[in-house]
Amino acid sequence: MEHIKCGCGHINPHGTVLCESCGRGLTRGAEEKKILDMRYEGSARRSQTYNSTIVDKIWNFFSSVKVGVWLILITLIVSSFGTILPQEFYIPNNADPSVYYEKTYGIFGKFYYITGLYDLYNSFWFILLIAAIGVSLVICSLDRVIPLYRALKNQRVDRHESFLKKQRLFAEMDSDSKESDIQLVRERLRKQRYSIREENGALLAEKGRFSRWGPYVNHIGLIIFLIGSMLHSVEGLYVDELLWIRQGETLQIPGTKGEYYLKNEKFILENYEEEGNAGVFDEALERVGTVAKNYQTDAILYRNENNELPGAQPQLTELAKDDIQVNEPMKFDQFSIYQTSYRQDEMKAMYFALTNKATGEELGEVKIDLFKQEKSYELENGYIVELLGYYPDFEGFDKGGEPTSKSPLPNNPAFLFNMISPAKPDGEVSFVQIQNTMEPFGENMYKMAFKKLETRDVSALTIRKDLTIPLLGLGGVIFMIGVIQGSYWNHRRIWIREKSSRLYVAGHTNKNWYGLKKELDLVLKGTSILNPEDQVEKEKK
Amino acid sequence: MVLAGLSSNLLYTAFVLYLFATFFFGGAIRDKRSQSNVSGWAKLGFILTIVGFITHTGYFIIRWIAGGHAPVSNLFEFIVFFSMMLVGAFILLYSIYRISILGLFAMPIAILIIAYASMFPREISPLIPALQSDWLQIHVTTAALGEAILSISFVAGLIYLIKAIDQTKAGKKTFWLEFILYSLISVIAFVLVITSFNVLGYEAKFSYVDQSGIQTEETYRLPALIGPNQGQLLTEEQMEPIVDMPAAINARKLNTLLWSLSTGILLYGLSRLIFRKRLGAALKPVVHNVNLDLVDEISYRSVLIGFPVFTLGALVFAMIWAQVAWTRFWGWDPKEVWALITFLFYAAFLHLRLSKGWHGEKSAWLAVIGFAIIMFNLVVVNLVIAGLHSYA
Repeated sequence: MEHIKCGCGHINPHGTVLCESCGRGLTRGAEEKKILDMRYEGSARRSQTYNSTIVDKIWNFFSSVKVGVWLILITLIVSSFGTILPQEFYIPNNADPSVYYEKTYGIFGKFYYITGLYDLYNSFWFILLIAAIGVSLVICSLDRVIPLYRALKNQRVDRHESFLKKQRLFAEMDSDSKESDIQLVRERLRKQRYSIREENGALLAEKGRFSRWGPYVNHIGLIIFLIGSMLHSVEGLYVDELLWIRQGETLQIPGTKGEYYLKNEKFILENYEEEGNAGVFDEALERVGTVAKNYQTDAILYRNENNELPGAQPQLTELAKDDIQVNEPMKFDQFSIYQTSYRQDEMKAMYFALTNKATGEELGEVKIDLFKQEKSYELENGYIVELLGYYPDFEGFDKGGEPTSKSPLPNNPAFLFNMISPAKPDGEVSFVQIQNTMEPFGENMYKMAFKKLETRDVSALTIRKDLTIPLLGLGGVIFMIGVIQGSYWNHRRIWIREKSSRLYVAGHTNKNWYGLKKELDLVLKGTSILNPEDQVEKEKK
Repeated sequence: MVLAGLSSNLLYTAFVLYLFATFFFGGAIRDKRSQSNVSGWAKLGFILTIVGFITHTGYFIIRWIAGGHAPVSNLFEFIVFFSMMLVGAFILLYSIYRISILGLFAMPIAILIIAYASMFPREISPLIPALQSDWLQIHVTTAALGEAILSISFVAGLIYLIKAIDQTKAGKKTFWLEFILYSLISVIAFVLVITSFNVLGYEAKFSYVDQSGIQTEETYRLPALIGPNQGQLLTEEQMEPIVDMPAAINARKLNTLLWSLSTGILLYGLSRLIFRKRLGAALKPVVHNVNLDLVDEISYRSVLIGFPVFTLGALVFAMIWAQVAWTRFWGWDPKEVWALITFLFYAAFLHLRLSKGWHGEKSAWLAVIGFAIIMFNLVVVNLVIAGLHSYA
């Protein structure tokens, strides 16, 4: 590899634009410029120097900020498409997306489904795009941070005059009898918390260099965050389960491999109530109607002591009691249980009375638990009700005339009864559903008259374990530190150099020129040293 | 209720003070004598702004006490808080750069935003369980502050464009500048239209068939140009709609939008007639003394200050709260996606500026687009796109 030797004697790596040490331009372009391009201090970047092998080409492609910005803009535009219609995970649970989108949104809905936009963020292309941004982050950072570090570390105090002359803020004057003024400036610079180095009649005041590392720090944070979010798919790090649990039920907690059980002791729902004249919320409640104030599940957590023994009955020991509210999840082991949703008044049991149709006489009451039915229910005086069939979610009759159930949930329960009485010892068959009774084998003497309904609330809990969170948190913190470091501080440098009875003053900052100019005003006020002029503004005039 | 009344009065006071402040900042521009330093007019304008900001803060605190929760829980409250942060961000940047032209443009925008907010239901509403958390005030206030600081970048960008764009020949640039100004005028039109028909007490009830095929009712407060799906006008002697919309489109909101945009065109046309030139050209003398480099730097600086605050509030705090309330830190809810889009956009802005040298005019256009994205997330995502954030 060839090196470039500068006039000052410093040996620079191949591809350097401005000498790392004295700042002289090493390429023709840099020599001709009126104001130096100070990005990355004119150091040699791999991507600007090599372009022969495939690795070089890939490296060069991803190291370009232009490519990075394009990736950002494409991601930004593509992401917005996913918000036009609700994504698949926000449509009703039981809806089939292939039908739902077209039915609800017409032709555009169909288009949305066919193009895959309905599940955009999990699509291969979208993940590929995010991954490309990740690669770009790594390569862009590496391509710049190392040479920048070298250049800032190797910079000399006595920069070459050509370097100073081509700074945006620059002034030149006779150096006669400026010694006392320079002393004053030196003290003022110290007060402004500049660190000062001096060599051979040259002075370099510098502050906030660490802000130059801000972008690289925040990129590291982003990379950690992206890696963390990809770990969701790793077995054992992430659990996301939904548990519908009825009041009074004890169920195994999904995702815990049978180790934990939960009992829903009680589900509570409270709404806001209007309070009359003094109520602050009355006006709002009047307008929108009912607003939920709180819903919670009073739960007991158990551990199954027999979990290790295959085939054994679960033996539960109580571990904790907690009320699970929205925003107040229950935590145990590495799991959290969240109150997600609820369904009120799910049917639990129905009461029927065996009734003589002619006289209206009731011969006894039957309670049918919709989750746990008996084969037959015995009443007094030899009356028996047999349950021949139970259809929790009745939807109609199939071709053979058999009743069918859509699901095992008691949404629309229907029953096939056989009513045995002393008068009809073989029984009479009756098909009963809500508000409708059928007598398939002819007119009956008795009927099952509906008496009442017992309901209970069902609570929906989300079981979540996410071991990637510490990593995501770390990424987030590093990112924020980097962004703040890069945004709220500036890297400012002021050079003062005396050479052949001329005095050169130059200033540079990576951003916030207004701030640097004000600081220079303050530092040079009342001295005979000329305030550096803004060469960019001068050129415009 | 007494407290709630007091808080509204304070907001009203702030609104009036901001109007006066704008007037004084305007006076500072006209004041040709004091070119160099801050003129007396600007000083007065700034003092009025600060007094206004204090009463605005008073509104916020008293409403908080009255409702028992931070008043950032519905669209009215959020937008009012956003305007308060916008004034706060202006105060911050004005105290660094001290140029009165910034006040002349920032204050009217803050005023416009308050007026816009007050078109939404203003009563104090109770918190649904998902919002009952300290993260409500932490997340929402930081996000609003971030967006407000970023908006100052738009204000500076707009000033830059008015000064820099050559008005002697018509082209893309003059067109888009007029478009920005027309958009601002449309907001005024929206406020005017809604207020006028409210004062008149206009009401038209429709029965219509909604997306799930259910017969429902809807009340229009503006004459219906666009009717709902298979709509039947129930109120007698009110205007029949010209055209009905399919069920997937919310016809009432589209109707309001149509009214605002067309009234906006009317107002814009009227002002063109008065000035007899493009609005951009009419505003040009106002920005005559502006130093372009300084305005460019203010625009860039606001992004630098606002970007970390926005990221912290709208992404980091948002993710922490989402993990607690919604069980997952990220769920691709439309509001989340648009916060990410805003973040990506300003990230692109910074990269273009740092590495591609997009200074000055290009950067000013980007600042305008950034503000458009913020407004889109504030208005359209809440009102049009259904999602977890549609509280209002």
